[in-house]
This record gives sequence, C-alpha cells and structure tokens, in this order.
Amino acid sequence: MKVVVDEEKCVAAGQCVNAAMDVFDQREEDGIVVLLDENPSDDLADDVRTAAAVCPALAIRIEE
Amino acid sequence: MSIDDDAGGPARVLVVGASASGLTTVEALRRKGHAGPITVLGDEPHAPYDRPPLSKQVLSGAWEPERAALRTRDVLAALDAEFVFGDPAVALDVVGRSVRTESGRELPADAIVIATGVRPRQLPGQQDLAGVHVLRTLDDCLALRGDLLAGSRLVVVGEGVLGSEIAATARTLGLDVTLTGPLAAPMALQVGPLVSGVLAELHTERGVKLRLGTGVVGLTGEGGRVTGVRLATDEVLPADVVVVAIGAIPATEWLADSGLELDNGVVCDSRCRAEEGIYAVGDVARWHHEGLGRLVRLENRTNATEQAMAVAAEILGEGRPYTPVPYFWTDQYDAKLQVHGFLPADAEVDVVEGDLTARRFVARYRSEGRVTGVLGWNMPKQARLRRQEIVDGLDAPAPTH
Ligand SMILES: Cc1cc2nc3c(=O)[nH]c(=O)nc-3n(C[C@H](O)[C@H](O)[C@H](O)COP(=O)(O)OP(=O)(O)OC[C@H]3O[C@@H](n4cnc5c(N)ncnc54)[C@H](O)[C@@H]3O)c2cc1C
Ligand code: SF4
Repeated sequence: MKVVVDEEKCVAAGQCVNAAMDVFDQREEDGIVVLLDENPSDDLADDVRTAAAVCPALAIRIEE
Repeated sequence: MSIDDDAGGPARVLVVGASASGLTTVEALRRKGHAGPITVLGDEPHAPYDRPPLSKQVLSGAWEPERAALRTRDVLAALDAEFVFGDPAVALDVVGRSVRTESGRELPADAIVIATGVRPRQLPGQQDLAGVHVLRTLDDCLALRGDLLAGSRLVVVGEGVLGSEIAATARTLGLDVTLTGPLAAPMALQVGPLVSGVLAELHTERGVKLRLGTGVVGLTGEGGRVTGVRLATDEVLPADVVVVAIGAIPATEWLADSGLELDNGVVCDSRCRAEEGIYAVGDVARWHHEGLGRLVRLENRTNATEQAMAVAAEILGEGRPYTPVPYFWTDQYDAKLQVHGFLPADAEVDVVEGDLTARRFVARYRSEGRVTGVLGWNMPKQARLRRQEIVDGLDAPAPTH
C-alpha cells in the first residue's frame, strides 16, 4: 500500500492522526498533515483506509 | 441484527441524497463487504461534490468548480452502485419500505438511508428580487460568484459560520462588505463571546463593516433587483448583492406523510435508526447521543462522514451507539479555527495555550466542571491533542439538572 497526501487540500483536521497515529502526524506550526510512513505495513492497512475515509478534505489517496 | 432480503440473499440498500453522507454510506458498505445492490438517489443534477469549498476556494476562484467533486467518475463507477441524479424523492412508504420519486420511479429496498441534508432558510420575498442569494449548492455558489464579480457592495445577512466565511471571502475579492445579524459578534452563538470578539476584530481590520446586534426585517428593491437590507432600526444598508445565511432547515418535506417522527430533523435512536430498516445520516439526522443523553443534530462535514460509517456498520449488523466528539473547522482570511466538542453559551473559557493577542491559541470550554470543547485558532495540532479531555468529559456521568 502506498499513501499520498495532498498538503494543499488538507484542512488540518487531524482526523487522520486519530485514525492512524503511526502513519500520519501534523506540523506543529499549521497542523498540515505529515506523512510518517509512505508504505505502511499490512497490519496498518485498515487504519490507513479509515484515515483516508474520515479525512474531511479528501486529502489522502491510497494506491494499492 | 443484519439485514437480508426475503430470500436471505444480500440486501438491497437505497440511499436518498447523493452528497457527503450518502456517498460515504455507500463507500463504507462496500468497504465492509456488502455485495447487495445499492441505489443512490439525488435531486441535484451533479455527481457528488463537497460543500465546504463553496464558501472558500470555489467562491474565491482559487479552485475550479471541478475540484470540489467528491470522487472521480472511475471511483464512483467502481462502487458498483446505481446513481440516479436529478430526480427528487417525494414520498417514503415506511411499512412497504419503498421510495417514490418525482418522475414516478418506485424504489423498494431492504434498508433505506435518509441523507437529504438541509436547505437554507430564506427571508420573506427574497425569491422575487435579483441579486439575493443563498449558499448551499454548487449552482448557488456559481451564481453568487458571478454577482460578486459584477457587484461592488455586498451585505451578508447572518453572522453565523457561513455568513462570516462568505464575508471574508468576498472581502478578499475586493468588495465592500457589511455583515449583519442579531448577535453581538461574528459566530457568537458558535464560539462564545471571547473568541467571537477576536473574530470581530479580525473582520474589522480586514475592512468588513459589522452592523451587528440588530435584526433584519426585510429587503428593499427596485425594478426587481435588490437595493438594500432593512434593519429593525429602520436603517437601510445599501447593497447590489445580498447573501442570506440565516441557518438551514432539514430537508424532510418529502417525509411529511411517512409517519416518521420529524422534529428539527429525522428523529432517530442512538444507532441512527428512524424505524426498522430506515436510517438517517448527516445534516438531516437528529439522533440520541448516549454520551450526552439528548437528541443531537450536527451540520458539519466530519459528522457526515463519521455518521455514515456508523450507519453502514448498523445496516450490516456491526453497529453500536453513535457517540462522536463533534468537530468542525472554518477558514476566514489567514485564521483557521478548529472546534472539537461542544461550546455551550454559558461555558467558562480559558486560553490554555498560545496567546489571544497573537491570534494563535487554544481555548478550553468547561461547563459544570467538565471539559466540553476545545477551540484552536491557528493551532490545529495543539487543539487536537486536547480532544481526549472532551472524551473524558463525555464518559463521566452526566450531571443531574
Ligand atoms: C457553503 C458551505 C460551507 C461549509 N463549510 C463547512 C466547513 O468549513 N466545515 C464543516 O465542518 N462543514 C461545513 N459545511 C457543512 C457540510 O458541508 C455539511 O455538513 C455536509 O455537506 C452534510 O452532508 P450531507 O450529505 O448530510 O448533506 P448535504 O451535503 O446537504 O446533501 C444532501 C443532498 O440531498 C439532496 N436532497 C435533498 N432533498 C432530496 C430529495 N427529496 N430527494 C433526493 N435528494 C434530495 C440535496 O440536494 C443534497 O444534494 C459547509 C456547508 C456549506 C453549504
Ligand atoms: S484528516 Fe485530512 S485534512 Fe485532516 S489533517 Fe489529515 S489529511 Fe489533513
């Protein structure tokens, strides 16, 4: 699984971090998403899919 | 209990309303492995699109309208659902579990999801005047943008979240903007006196005229076109464009004869069920929030998604009570506000991080000793990190009144 984030779309909601803390973080200064792991392991796949689904700005794309 | 059709096969699901919450329900059903037929019925002619950019990037012109699309055609097609656009639902038969549409379609289903959102409230007579707008749909947004580009003087009626955002966006487009409404400051109802005071300063600095604290009684016009907004003080604010953003009403008129309980939305139990096999989701749903012990209806983007996931789980028999910590954001100029939880009007508010005057802070809202909400102003991460305090507050036994 490969994860791509669109910083320009991100509204700094942080819902992705709530869903998958090992994969997403937020910048201290403006809260924009930080991708910690571009290729998360299979055991994180469900959490990452949830993160993409809950992102209100549609800023997370998953390429299987 | 999961649903099956009469023969025990995978159930047929009908979603009424083809926007954020309706689409997310479908996606969640498929992601959870539901293989039965799904139909999505929408009254708008467009494929599902996102509304928050309509008062921000699409209205300002920073984004082409296409960018607000919720999904690409390919992604929609891969859902293997039937999408019917441009045909409103006009009636629901609860017992027979079927929906009739304006064009005469009868759509029976084993599970029906009501996702019809809300419609803007209007001022009496506003439809008869050109230059007066509401903002809910993409078509509304493009019509308003056209008038903003051609106009010079905008009055925004309504000092809530939407009105404040539109004022900010129009100001950055260079219009002369007046924001009016009955409360003392922008978003006073949503964020309380302290933060709305900071918002008032921000708007004033950016050149928006605030004419707050007086009600609007009507519109003035000439030759079929709006010329101004009349206040309760009899003063008229001159305008060539007016936006009316005075709240919204759940889109439940098509359910009037259904027998469902309608009271400021479709009334649901704690699992978003209005009746056996009938669910409501998103802006239209008013459900029993077990953590708060009362009915709640939320009009925000995150709830549309989260509640849709909860409803999909419920349809598939994996549901549990839906008890979210609400979350919304708003962008005005360079200010990004993030609100977690509830900010009751009588809450005690403390700045717990950052600095109010620097316009970078986190405010904590407490009511009856419990943290009910957190607001971040240009401190999104720091605000989110305090979300747990709200969860803890929800879990604590409710105070008795
Ligand atoms: C301009 C604007 C800006 C916003 N900004 C923010 C923001 O910054 N942050 C935030 O958290 N939230 C924001 N919101 C709120 C957010 O967009 C809504 O909470 C969200 O769209 C709710 O989704 P929904 O699917 O429940 O309802 P809706 O998006 O309203 O969708 C309901 C759909 O059902 C259709 N429908 C209605 N009646 C029928 C019928 N009888 N038959 C068939 N279809 C029907 C409607 O036409 C509509 O397409 C904003 C909303 C607007 C309008
Ligand atoms: S959930 Fe989406 S909008 Fe929010 S921080 Fe993550 S990527 Fe950004």
